[in-house]
Amino acid sequence: MAEQHLPERQSPLEPEYHPGSHGNFEHGVDVILSETRPGSILQLAAWPGEEKRLIEIIRKVAGLALPDGAGGGVSSGARAVFGFAPGKFTVVDEAEGLAQAFAGSITPAIGTLTDLSHGRTAIRIAGPKAEWVMAKFFAIDFALPAFPLGAGRSTNHHDVFAQIQRSGADQFDIYVFRSFARSFWKALCHASEEVGYEVQ
Amino acid sequence: MLITCPYCGPRDVIEFTYQGDGNRERPQPASQNLDAWNAYVYDRLNPAGDHNEIWQHSGGCRAHLRVVRNTITHEILSTAFARGGHKSADNRAEGRS
Repeated sequence: MAEQHLPERQSPLEPEYHPGSHGNFEHGVDVILSETRPGSILQLAAWPGEEKRLIEIIRKVAGLALPDGAGGGVSSGARAVFGFAPGKFTVVDEAEGLAQAFAGSITPAIGTLTDLSHGRTAIRIAGPKAEWVMAKFFAIDFALPAFPLGAGRSTNHHDVFAQIQRSGADQFDIYVFRSFARSFWKALCHASEEVGYEVQ
Repeated sequence: MLITCPYCGPRDVIEFTYQGDGNRERPQPASQNLDAWNAYVYDRLNPAGDHNEIWQHSGGCRAHLRVVRNTITHEILSTAFARGGHKSADNRAEGRS
């Protein structure tokens, strides 16, 4: 196989990405913000009636077993998947090339595969005040019983669409449009000032 | 106003886009029945009470929904995926005449 020469990806957050502690952190840092920079971000969609076949393909190709139910998902280290709409799933991998791995399996009869690796920016917020800060942006219930581990949610902030996955008890991964990512990041930093935040 | 999306659960109305009256029956594109087209474009029930509506959860899962809303109280009486071909408040099936 010929060696691939993929362009080096630049972060849209770079001019506003300042590692270190910021805001009101004298009494400790209550949230940690970071850009996770996954190599692959895919959107998979099944035609009506083909959802189970697509879920089975995700299990075989990515090794991720989707739980039943709307917005169900699973996050396991390097890879993650969650439902964000009926019959539609976001699949994320730390490594590049996940689209090629799926390409042979998702036939036109089953559904579609869209590679959004360069189109979305993944931002992680973690820490004891993560729910508190997230609740300032999105009008959804972030409590653990309502938003279980691994689950995904589609919502928006100021008309900017966002997909959110709970990847830990006090950790969320937010996928936003790359073109709005810097603006969202700046807002997220401002919102985190009151609790003290660290950029890693 | 909260609308309960069948996929996402209760969400603020700001996430939704109104897609129009849910009582319309769109004629076949090739239809030359001018009365049917006239009814589709202009005739509205305009009830003071329960009203069949089509909404899209445009700021969420983007599904199109069949919603019954009370036009006086803004109470949302039911929501369902539009794709399902559910019957509406006046028991009129999704029309394709």
